Amino acid sequence: MGMTLVEKILSNHVGRSVKQGEFVLATIDATMSHDANRPLAIDAFYDMGGTTLFNPDRVVMALEHNYPALSDAHIVSHQKIRTFCKEQKCRLYEGEGIGHSIMMEKGHVLPGDLVVATDSHTTTYGAVGAFASGIGSTDMAVALMTGKLWFLVPETIKINVMGTLPAGVSSKDIILYVIHKMTADGATYKAVHFGGTAIGTLSMDARMTMTNMAVEMGAKVAFIEPDDVTFDWLKNRTAKTISPVYADPDAVYADLIDIDVSKLSPFIAKPHRVDNGASIEDVEGTPIHQGNIVSCTGARLDDLRIAAAILKGKKILEGQRLVIVPSSREVFKAALNEGLISIFVESGGIIGSPSCAGCSGQKFATPGDGDVVISTANRNFLGRLGNSKASIYLASPATVAASVLNGKITDPRRYLK
Amino acid sequence: MIIEGKAHVFGDHINTDYIISAKVKNRLTDLDEMAKFLMEDIRPNFYSTIQPGDFIVGGINFGCGSSREAAPSVIKRAGIAAVIAKGFARIFFRNAINIGLLVLYADTGNIDEYDQLKINLDTGTIENATKQTSISTQSVPPFIKNIVDEGGIKNYLKKFPNFESM
Repeated sequence: MGMTLVEKILSNHVGRSVKQGEFVLATIDATMSHDANRPLAIDAFYDMGGTTLFNPDRVVMALEHNYPALSDAHIVSHQKIRTFCKEQKCRLYEGEGIGHSIMMEKGHVLPGDLVVATDSHTTTYGAVGAFASGIGSTDMAVALMTGKLWFLVPETIKINVMGTLPAGVSSKDIILYVIHKMTADGATYKAVHFGGTAIGTLSMDARMTMTNMAVEMGAKVAFIEPDDVTFDWLKNRTAKTISPVYADPDAVYADLIDIDVSKLSPFIAKPHRVDNGASIEDVEGTPIHQGNIVSCTGARLDDLRIAAAILKGKKILEGQRLVIVPSSREVFKAALNEGLISIFVESGGIIGSPSCAGCSGQKFATPGDGDVVISTANRNFLGRLGNSKASIYLASPATVAASVLNGKITDPRRYLK
Repeated sequence: MIIEGKAHVFGDHINTDYIISAKVKNRLTDLDEMAKFLMEDIRPNFYSTIQPGDFIVGGINFGCGSSREAAPSVIKRAGIAAVIAKGFARIFFRNAINIGLLVLYADTGNIDEYDQLKINLDTGTIENATKQTSISTQSVPPFIKNIVDEGGIKNYLKKFPNFESM
């Protein structure tokens, strides 16, 4: 019987053939943890009796949820993590942006790898065909000490995305639509395999948005099998040999779902759940106060390009706020070189330094009571941005840009040339 | 072993931002301090209504959202003895097992606020003394039960340093 991609990757990391439903102990290729974990992964590591890392070269830590330090608690956390990384000689990134962006950009994750990180959006790395899952600090301590972790081999749901994506519609719209159809626990404990002709046309940035958000339907991991887009992305990012893994044609799936995107409209998640979806036609005209182009989900270079194309030469409506936080230094530099940052500044936007700011309750652009924020980020739970009297809509960068020009949710296709 | 307490009932999809908001997590580092803000955004002052040994009762997808281990941790530190729910998000479930917070799958639809519950952990039965009804918990795989029985992964690894019970 054929194996799914997940069965193959886990088999490679267990040293024998494993099947869906088994509990296995697997070797870890790389880890990432950051400054927002409570307890910090390093504290859990010491608490478990850890002294040395399984492989310092494969351990990445990033200061990014609150960076530069936005609270006293973070000043302390940052110092602790710096000291740890210096002593243990593992990889520390600060000022480089969001951990997930760093892991992808700096070649820390390759096709076929097994990677864990202390953040639910670790599923992002599946965009290069890796098995990548979010874990808590205690699990991370086990991984850091032993280089191994236990897993239940998940079943896989295959989502076949077909058709031609219409102009003005992006991968964020696809994934919000999928989550709406699947519901918030539709993929709990399962792997999600995105395939189909429409996926092949997506850039790596666009693919990352999809695998990133798969956790919002409960997925353990999500992935897109490697192709030329993947190899092109990896070209100058790693010197290592790439050994991509693919599912067998006769692999057994828990569910096979077909989605045709040819007629997809821009899609939105309404307050206060990610699966509370609606087509743009149903929410257009809703007044907003602030637009956020932020996070590991929606502030990659492609996202900034899309938003800038709509904002170019225009100003956001008086009274509106527009917040842009590039997901990484690499993205920020490219955006500067391409003139995108100028476009955002001219239009009235404010720019934050690469980090998770604007996504998860940091003291940064916190909305006021009664404010409505439309965001390219990944969650809209009540209180997510630090004020439980504000509400959040999730959308694509195009929709966010179009909306802040008008002070209300706006169909970005109105701006197509 | 039998544990008893009153039920604090919450609905479906209780996410990790509701359990412990990022706003609090960004400001505090002490988990016992953070426990005072358990469920603050959806039930202000919930912490003050908890007696040690009480239960949280949820619907589907309890603990969805973030991988923050602080979520099960603050629940445990607030004095909650177990979370009973129709379903759990996987990272939350795994984190709870790791830190020794009891998480039990059961059909919780007929449990109301402050119902007195008596849980027999050996038989897996939950008796509702207030309603005079009884439901059963779903059994978990033996490997998971090993970790739970030891009180979490730290103690489990002391006994089985190479995961020998898997």
